Amino acid sequence: MDLHDFPAGLTAIPGAMPVWHSEVSPEQLRVACTRIREDGGRLVSLWGSDERQRGGGFALHVALVDQPGLICLTLPIAAASPEYPAIDDLYPVANRMQRAAYDLLGIRAQGTADQRPWLRHSAWPADAFPLRKEFNAKAAYPASGNKYPFVQVTGNGVHEIAVGPVHAGTIEPGHFRFSVVGERVLRLEERLGYTHKGIEKLAENMSVADAAKLVGRVSGDSTAAYAWAFAMAAESIAGFTPPPRSLWLRALLLERERIANHLGDLGYLGNDVALAFGFAQFWRLKEEWLRTQHDLFGHRYLMDCIVPGGVRSELNATDLVRLLDEAEALEQQVTKLQDIYHEHAGVQDRFLSTGRVAPELAARLGLTGLAGRASAQAWDLREQYPATPYDRLEVRMATQRNGDVAARVNVRFDEIYESLRLVRLILNGLPAGATMQELPPLPDNGFGIGWVEGWRGEVLVALHIGKDGAIHRLHPHDPSWQNWPVLEHAVIGNIVPDFPLINKSFNLSYSGQDL
Amino acid sequence: MHKILFQILRTGIQTEHPPEANLDYRTPDAQQLHEEILKCLGKALVIRHVDAGSCNGCELEIHALNTPQYNIEGLGIKFAASPRHADLLLVTGPVSRHMEEALKRTFDAMPEPKLVVAVGDCGCNGGIFGESYASCGRVSNVIPVDVVIPGCPPTPTQLLQGILAAVTQSNAR
Repeated sequence: MDLHDFPAGLTAIPGAMPVWHSEVSPEQLRVACTRIREDGGRLVSLWGSDERQRGGGFALHVALVDQPGLICLTLPIAAASPEYPAIDDLYPVANRMQRAAYDLLGIRAQGTADQRPWLRHSAWPADAFPLRKEFNAKAAYPASGNKYPFVQVTGNGVHEIAVGPVHAGTIEPGHFRFSVVGERVLRLEERLGYTHKGIEKLAENMSVADAAKLVGRVSGDSTAAYAWAFAMAAESIAGFTPPPRSLWLRALLLERERIANHLGDLGYLGNDVALAFGFAQFWRLKEEWLRTQHDLFGHRYLMDCIVPGGVRSELNATDLVRLLDEAEALEQQVTKLQDIYHEHAGVQDRFLSTGRVAPELAARLGLTGLAGRASAQAWDLREQYPATPYDRLEVRMATQRNGDVAARVNVRFDEIYESLRLVRLILNGLPAGATMQELPPLPDNGFGIGWVEGWRGEVLVALHIGKDGAIHRLHPHDPSWQNWPVLEHAVIGNIVPDFPLINKSFNLSYSGQDL
Repeated sequence: MHKILFQILRTGIQTEHPPEANLDYRTPDAQQLHEEILKCLGKALVIRHVDAGSCNGCELEIHALNTPQYNIEGLGIKFAASPRHADLLLVTGPVSRHMEEALKRTFDAMPEPKLVVAVGDCGCNGGIFGESYASCGRVSNVIPVDVVIPGCPPTPTQLLQGILAAVTQSNAR
């Protein structure tokens, strides 16, 4: 869409990514959402904020992506009637975000049928809203009722299988309600929110330095992506560009995180189809990769390496050689294992056509990240909106059309090779200079957004600053919000024993969406 | 098939020597660590893991225990799907209020005698998330804990040191 035709005036927000912002009326919100939808755009995130202490009421914020970049719309909402027009008819993925916005802030989406609680189970009463400023974060409420009206499927021979929140393996907690006939799944309904630990409330009034640590622990497997997105948001508000060397090192860390997670997933995907060999091989490689990270970056998972202002890591010439050699050796090993996976009839029989999400469905539901790319949704921020150093690396996006477990496996293999190529380019092109520079003080009432292609998909961090650099509102958004609802569709018609395999092929974050 | 066999042969045995138990991880008020339990469990141990609200970082390291390098099953320790089969409950995360009941029920479902190991800074003391409207904080605020393993996340070696501390015969506390 041409930005000049936009229903409300847009202001560019300076920073590493193309982001525009505008205040809108309820009508303009609907018009803008409709037009971006017609244009092939997507909803990235939806969150609310309490503006009553800043002279307003509440506010709804909606971040959408269209060809030019990210468009962030803010709708002021009167405190006396905290309502706004729903947008989940246009973007089905908005439904859970709207319900979460009500649970946390008490702003209600009008014109949508599903108003069930989402993040609130029993920890706080229905008439208290944690993200309202007067809410006492330290209060412990007596457990309120926890009856959740699951959708019931009826018919001859239909029965339910309830799984979780405690699962059979070492997995995060969540509840899955299957309606099945025989072995075949008619319907899956997810209930999440079990790991809700009040991250957004905790961030209120935090300093940027403290919040950087917190954001790095929203979803531990994506700590580099979150830390970079948060740093990007803070740096955007400060009008500050970190030293070039630090940006190249951030990309190195992000690509290493992607490789580590893909290795782990490929091992587990082998394991889930009874090829224990695959688990042992990929996890051996992953463990070596993590040990290198511990030696050179000080943390096996790279936590707290990326901070606002730069990175806390430095590499010398010997380190660079070690990392280049490691990348070379890993590529050889992965190539061998991919060959074995491809030739293994039993593995391919389980992977192919299992858990299929057709491209049309993926587009309608807004499937994103690596799962989206496996269903022909060609979005990758590193290629489309390349921030330094990606503007110098010409990232080649991996896509598949089949949308099944096999496609998600193939995307992971392709992305490992591509990330290894990027790692080499980064190591060979690493500019000299400082890795860190002090972040200037953030102006009062600043607003910034960070947006990074993590291994799972796009991580967005929205940062609203209050006074004296203290955080007014922090919203970290995980791509799992987009992809969890699609998993419900991916399992329809599959047999129950294939659910763990399908689930693993998406490998979504519980903590990242429960917040 | 021959490619798989060649790869296994080329890879060789990667398993490393296990660390010694770190008895410092034992909590001073552990009620359940006594000779009777240790005689009962010996070194064959079945673990049930519950994520009570973690960021999923600790889970990554628990998975790593199954890598060839640590080879936890080679030490006679395995993970069970049901708490009814477990000797030891490994708990990660601060306990979210939404997981409080599920954690208690899992603990109650385990047969006696049983051990509890709290994993990570969050499990030890609430970590960065602390106590709030949404978080009960450390694991021992909800169920009795015998061993705590600090770290964010603790490494697989630290996890092994802590798990072994729960089942190593020693009068040292």
